[in-house]
Amino acid sequence: MAGVDPENSGDSKSHSGTTLTIQLIQIAHARSGDKGDTGNVGVIARKPEYYPLLEKYLTVERVQSHFAGICRGKVERYELPNLGALNFLLHESLGGGGTRSLKNDAQGKTLSSVMLRMELEITESI
Amino acid sequence: MKQSIRIASGQGFWGDLQTAPVDQVRNGPVDYMMMDYLAEVTMSILQKQKMKDPNLGYAKDLVPLFEEILPDIVKKKITVITNGGGVNPIACRNAIFAVADKLRIKNLKVGVVLGDDILGQIDALAAQGIKLDNMETGERLESVRSNVISANVYFGAFPIVEALRQGAQIVITGRTTDTGLTLAPMIYEFGWSDSDWDKLAAGTVAGHILECGGQTSGGNFSADWKSVPDLAHIGFPIAEAGPDGTVVITKHDRTGGLVSSASVKEQLVYEIGDPKNYITPDCIADFTTIQLKDTSLDRVEVSGVKGKPSTGFYKVSMSYFDGYTAFGTLTYAWPDALEKASKADQILRIRLCDLRLNFDEIRTEFLGYDSCFGPLSKNTGTLNEVVMRVGVRSRDKEAVNRFSKEIAPLILTGPPSVTGFAGGRPKPSEVIAYWPALIPKTAVTPKVIVEQH
Repeated sequence: MAGVDPENSGDSKSHSGTTLTIQLIQIAHARSGDKGDTGNVGVIARKPEYYPLLEKYLTVERVQSHFAGICRGKVERYELPNLGALNFLLHESLGGGGTRSLKNDAQGKTLSSVMLRMELEITESI
Repeated sequence: MKQSIRIASGQGFWGDLQTAPVDQVRNGPVDYMMMDYLAEVTMSILQKQKMKDPNLGYAKDLVPLFEEILPDIVKKKITVITNGGGVNPIACRNAIFAVADKLRIKNLKVGVVLGDDILGQIDALAAQGIKLDNMETGERLESVRSNVISANVYFGAFPIVEALRQGAQIVITGRTTDTGLTLAPMIYEFGWSDSDWDKLAAGTVAGHILECGGQTSGGNFSADWKSVPDLAHIGFPIAEAGPDGTVVITKHDRTGGLVSSASVKEQLVYEIGDPKNYITPDCIADFTTIQLKDTSLDRVEVSGVKGKPSTGFYKVSMSYFDGYTAFGTLTYAWPDALEKASKADQILRIRLCDLRLNFDEIRTEFLGYDSCFGPLSKNTGTLNEVVMRVGVRSRDKEAVNRFSKEIAPLILTGPPSVTGFAGGRPKPSEVIAYWPALIPKTAVTPKVIVEQH
């Protein structure tokens, strides 16, 4: 399986002065779900050395701006370094949630895809 | 004391893969099988069924399932634990006893857990000062009181443990936490106490891993979905638990799907809030202490889990009627599929406005273009086709009914090259909204009844 072998981790040297544009899906996988009108998106580093990149670049502010127009409430971020994962709560994202929502994706199942499509400018190499 | 027990996940929700529980009891050794049937609004559906017929109100799928697996579980001494009793665990038990009669199986011991259904006690509780206000929004229950359809306390593992101690081979509960269904056999088999917080947390984590069935063993797997073998014959997850709380997640040999630390991680982060405080009636589990290790193919060890004392409250899951919705869809084809669908939406909205109908919300999405990505959608070129999907919500049923008559006319009075209307007029459905609350543990008492038949 791709990208989860901790024994086979690559070298991560930083390149000062240069930036690299990556899409989050290159370094992470994700799963999302719902709790009422709040969407939860768990983002998991594909390799242990990618977790610091998630911590550094996947800030509350970055996620809030990425989900502008989808998430109408606040964004909360929680860290799970033991799993190389971050958990985001996106409040007021599901059109009222449950059976009240008029959204095709009333349960936020595809918010993970929306998250993974995010582009990041990083100064490290991967 | 046993040194290891195998707990199988048989069902992740009501409507899950029907063959999964059958495969779990036939394709290899298991000691227990847990099956989760209850989503947040399921109880309201069951409560309505019970109002129409006092012998209903449980997950009816359990009856044909037990017709199929009862001989297997009796022969192999597998204990089945499920919350599929819904709002009528006694009726569910009686239906299972009837299955046993039909199959000429004698001396079957079935336990039920009652006491979670507090629909009839809401006003008495309020008189005692227990208000059941919305724990997320702070709204007062009075604002929706007259529309409440169901009210159930989430019990934890211990009532099930009591049923197991009394020798039940099948335990049927109402609103028990999904995690409690897995934790209970560990407490029972390994003699854990109700203040053994780390072990209770370990069992709770195992429960979270099992509670969504195939989502742990290769289903809905975003890390590398193309690599998952034979999803057609996916093996649901199994937890091999030890007395110290260490658990190995695996699945039966020669089944499809996969179990890896990546697949387990995806389930661990699914529908959680603050990972340091995963609150259940049994304990508070700290998900930041979980250690995972791929030990061999399709085997992941879960260890190191730390827990904290449980709170003094149970969560209450309530539902209330909150109006009506209806959805209309039409499919528009190239050329200009999106423009045509968008124009049809505009025409529809003008007509609804002319009719002076009162809606709380009208929402239009274009499936194939923006229903998942919303404003982040990128127009990546010519669309072959797009589905206009319009939803309305109102407390006025007539407005929703009238909306449903406005979809088909667009076919001959709107943009061209349109299809996808074979289903007839959209049917209004009731909105059942969710109301979470807290109740002091001292205010309710679980009741356990084990009977042999």
